Amino acid sequence: MTTAMTPEPSVPPRGASAFGGLARFFDRRPRLRLWSFLTGPMLWLVVAYIGSLILMLSTSLHPIDEFTSQPLKSVWTMANFRDLFTGPYPAKILRTVGVALAVTIVDMVLAVPLAFFFVKVIKPRWRRIAVVAVLMPLWASYIVKVYAWRTLLNPEGGVLAKSVKSSPGFSLLSLILVLAYLWLPYMILPVMSGLERLPDSLLEASADLGGKAGRTLRSVVVPMLVPSVAAGSIFTFSLSLGDYISVKLVGGSTDVIGSTVERQLSTNLPFAAALAVGSIAIMGCYLTGVRRLGAFDSL
Amino acid sequence: MTQRRVIAGLTAGFILVAGACGSDGGSGGAVKFKVPDLPKLAKLGTGEGALNIIAWAGYAENGSTDPAYDWVTPFETKTGCRVTVTNGATSDEMVSLLEGGGFDGVSASGDASLRMIASGLVAPVNTDLVPSYADVFPFLKDQTYNSVNGQMYGIPHGWGANVLQYNTEVVSPAPDSWGAVFDPKSPYAGKVTAYDSPIYIADAALYLKATQPDLKIANPYALDQKQFDASVELLKGQKAIIGEYWSDYLKYEEASTAGSIVLGTSWQIITNTLTGGDPAVPVASVLPKEGSTGWFDTWMVAAAAEHPNCMYMWMDWIAGAEAQSQVTTYFGQAPANSKACALNDDMKAHCEAYHAADTAYAAKISGWTTPTTTCLDGRGDKCIPYSEWVKAWDAIRG
Repeated sequence: MTTAMTPEPSVPPRGASAFGGLARFFDRRPRLRLWSFLTGPMLWLVVAYIGSLILMLSTSLHPIDEFTSQPLKSVWTMANFRDLFTGPYPAKILRTVGVALAVTIVDMVLAVPLAFFFVKVIKPRWRRIAVVAVLMPLWASYIVKVYAWRTLLNPEGGVLAKSVKSSPGFSLLSLILVLAYLWLPYMILPVMSGLERLPDSLLEASADLGGKAGRTLRSVVVPMLVPSVAAGSIFTFSLSLGDYISVKLVGGSTDVIGSTVERQLSTNLPFAAALAVGSIAIMGCYLTGVRRLGAFDSL
Repeated sequence: MTQRRVIAGLTAGFILVAGACGSDGGSGGAVKFKVPDLPKLAKLGTGEGALNIIAWAGYAENGSTDPAYDWVTPFETKTGCRVTVTNGATSDEMVSLLEGGGFDGVSASGDASLRMIASGLVAPVNTDLVPSYADVFPFLKDQTYNSVNGQMYGIPHGWGANVLQYNTEVVSPAPDSWGAVFDPKSPYAGKVTAYDSPIYIADAALYLKATQPDLKIANPYALDQKQFDASVELLKGQKAIIGEYWSDYLKYEEASTAGSIVLGTSWQIITNTLTGGDPAVPVASVLPKEGSTGWFDTWMVAAAAEHPNCMYMWMDWIAGAEAQSQVTTYFGQAPANSKACALNDDMKAHCEAYHAADTAYAAKISGWTTPTTTCLDGRGDKCIPYSEWVKAWDAIRG
C-alpha cells in the first residue's frame, strides 16, 4: 500500500487532449489519485460486506410477530441467541461442524499426496496439465455437479448401485463425500504452492541422513506443509459450514445449519440471522486456531 | 492482535446489548388482527404491459412445460401484459417472496393469505372489476381465508387435497390410509417422503384425529399442547423411514422416476406429470380414508403492485371458465368457477371427479390455515401458534 502513495516521476505530457489534461491533474495529486482508485472498492467493502453483516446482526436481535412471522423492528431481544443453545439446535450445529471437519480431513488426506506427486515427482510440463485437471471441475456449475452426484449415488438404479452394487445412498456420508469432492481444488492449490516453496535440497538432505520416504514425509514435508494445509482448510471448512444445497440433494433427511437457515429464512428471519451469526462465531474460532498454525502466511 | 481486539469488541457489544434488552419481547398474539387500511382499485385502467406474479407450480403455464397447456400466451395477446412467473415451493416461501417486493400478485393458500393481509402485503380487491367473480361457487366466497369483515382480498382459484402417492409396482397392497407413511416398521423404509414444511404437522394431527379419538382433535390446525406433542412425536418416529423430505416438486419427480421414493404425500399435478411422462412412471395417488389436508387458493393483489391493472385482468382471466378448465385439469384440482364445469363433457367429468360443487366434500378437507394461539375451533387461547410449529419442525428434522 505505501508504495502506491509515493508519486511516480512526472513525464512531460505529449498530447494536449482532455485525457492528457486529466492525467496531468492526477499526476500532480498522488493522494487524490489513490483515493479516486480506492473509493469504489472501499465503498463496496464497507457497504456490501460490513453493512450487510451489521444488518444481519441487528435483524437477529428482533422477535417476530407470532401470527404474521414478520420481525418486530421496535422490540429488541436476545431470545434468538438463547434459542441456539436449546432444543434441536446444539445437535444441528455440532453435526454441521462435524461434517465440515470430516470434509477437511478427507480433502487433506487426498490433497497432500496428490500435490506432492504434481510438484515433486512429475516434470514441470506435466505439472501445468495437472493444475488444469485439478481446476477443471470448477469450470462446471456447482448445481450441475451436485445433480451429477445424485445420479451417481441414487440407491435405486444409480451408477454406483448398478456397477458396484453398493451405494451410500442419500445420507450424511454422501454429503461428506460430495462436499469433499466439491472443495478439493481449494485444498490442493495452497498445498501445491506450499510444496513449491519446499526446496528439493531438504528432501535430499533427509535421504542422505538415511531418512526413508516415510520418515522424510513425517519429519520434513508434513511440518513444512502445516501452514499450507491450514490455509486450504479455511476454504474447505467454511464452504462446508455454509452449504445448504448439497445437503438437500444428496443428504437425504440430514439437516444442517445451512438447510435450517434456508427454512427459517421465510418463517423466522431473525432466528435465521442468529444462526448465521453463530456460523460466523464458529468460523472466527476456527480462524483464530489456524492462525496459530501460520495459515495466513500461506494465503 | 487487531483481529482479537475486533472480536473482543464485538463480544463486548453483544454483552451490552444483551444486558440492556434481555427481556423477552414476545407478544401475546390473537387471531383477531388489526386490518391495515389499504385502498382498493376504484376503476380499471389500461394494462401496464407487464405482470409479475408468484404462483404455485402449474398455475401459470405458457406452454414451455407442455405445449398442450398454455393459458398465459392467450392472456398476453389479449391484454398486452407480459407475464413473468416465479414459482413458490411453500406458503412460507411465497410470503417471503412477496415481502421482498417487485410482485403484482400471488396465488396464496389459506395458510399464507391471512398473514399477507395482516402484514399489509396485499390489498383488498374490488370484485366489481372482476366479471368472472360472479361465476365463482358461493361456498368459496367470503371465507375466513380470503376475506376480512366481509371484504374480499382476492379471487378464488380452486382447491384440492394433498394426496397419498405410491409406486404401483413396488407398494402392494395399494395403501388407503395415511398410516402407510407413519408406520415406523414400514417395509418401504428409506423410500418414504414427507412435505418439508411445518404445516405438515397438521397431516400428522389429521391422522391422529382419526386413529386416536381420546386426543379429541377437532381441527388439525388447532392443537393444544398435548395434541401438538402427540403429532410431533408421530413425525419424529416417521423420520426413521424418510428417505428424503421434499418441497421442490421437481426433485420429488426426479426421485420418484429413479425409484428412490415410492410412497408419500403429494400433489395431484406431480402424479399427473409422472404418469404422463415419457417413459411413464408407475405411480398412482389416493385420497386416504382419514380425509386429508388441502388448500383453497386465492389470487391476491400485492399492495405495492406496480401493474395493478394487469393483475386485475389476470385475476379475471384465470378465474374465467376457459382458463379454469385448463389450469384445473392440468393441476388436478377443483375449479372455483361454476361455468368451467359446464364448458364441455370432459369438464363435467372433471368437476365430478374432484367434487367441485360438493360443499359437503369440501368441508371434509382441512384446508391449510395459519395456526394461532386462539384456537380455531373455539376452545380459547390454549393452542400452539405457527411460530412454535416452525421450531417443532426443526426438532423433527433432528
